[in-house]
Amino acid sequence: MDRRQLIFAGVALCGVAPRPADAASAELEGAVRDFTGGAVPRDGRVRLDVAPLVENGNTVPISVAVESPMTEADHVSAIAVFNTRNPQRDVAIFHFTPRSGRAAVSTRIRLATSQTLVAVARMSDGTYWTAQSAVIVTLAGCIEES
Amino acid sequence: MARTLIDAPASAKRGDIVEIRMLIAHAMESGHRAGPNGNVLPRDIITRFSCRYDGELVFSADLYPAIAANPYIAFRTRATESGTLVFTWEGDNGFAQTETRTITVT
Repeated sequence: MDRRQLIFAGVALCGVAPRPADAASAELEGAVRDFTGGAVPRDGRVRLDVAPLVENGNTVPISVAVESPMTEADHVSAIAVFNTRNPQRDVAIFHFTPRSGRAAVSTRIRLATSQTLVAVARMSDGTYWTAQSAVIVTLAGCIEES
Repeated sequence: MARTLIDAPASAKRGDIVEIRMLIAHAMESGHRAGPNGNVLPRDIITRFSCRYDGELVFSADLYPAIAANPYIAFRTRATESGTLVFTWEGDNGFAQTETRTITVT
């Protein structure tokens, strides 16, 4: 392999390594569609709380809450959280019942890089609502040693 | 048995919404990480958590590798009757654990 080929090979590798943004957004759409069964979620009602700047991507606290009376007739049945730039789109799916009292949950997640988080809520009436939140990560999670 | 930490109130007023926080010691190996010899470590995570209140499911979660090690989840439930809260974790490689707490409702 001469020097020119080596440079081209290097450029090609760099091109492959980071995940192309459009492929990731198509994957995200697919993951959301799997959860909603094809319905397109509307913006609103969901509150997704995450620090805009996190130092350690290995453990990022997030909170998701949806305003709802949580009665038998009108409650939140599930909230799914997705990411845009981790190796895998799903983060978690939380299932609620009227007995949950409130559709609010907190957990800690991993983020491989700076990206946008998406929360989608499924209501008992079959509608879907969504919220997004952008996060900047300085130390990547998932891939490196924690 | 993995160590667990469960913060659930021992007593509550009827109708109150109580917060329950749980933490379980688990590496949540993502399956995307290389080990010391360079090979990718196989996935080993908790895939499901559920909480039952007197046998009735009040909250559950499907977990993926993006959940941080030592999974922590805080959720809520409405205190209806004195009874038991049963927490169950299930995961890869046959991981299964159950913990119980009692709650007194006045």
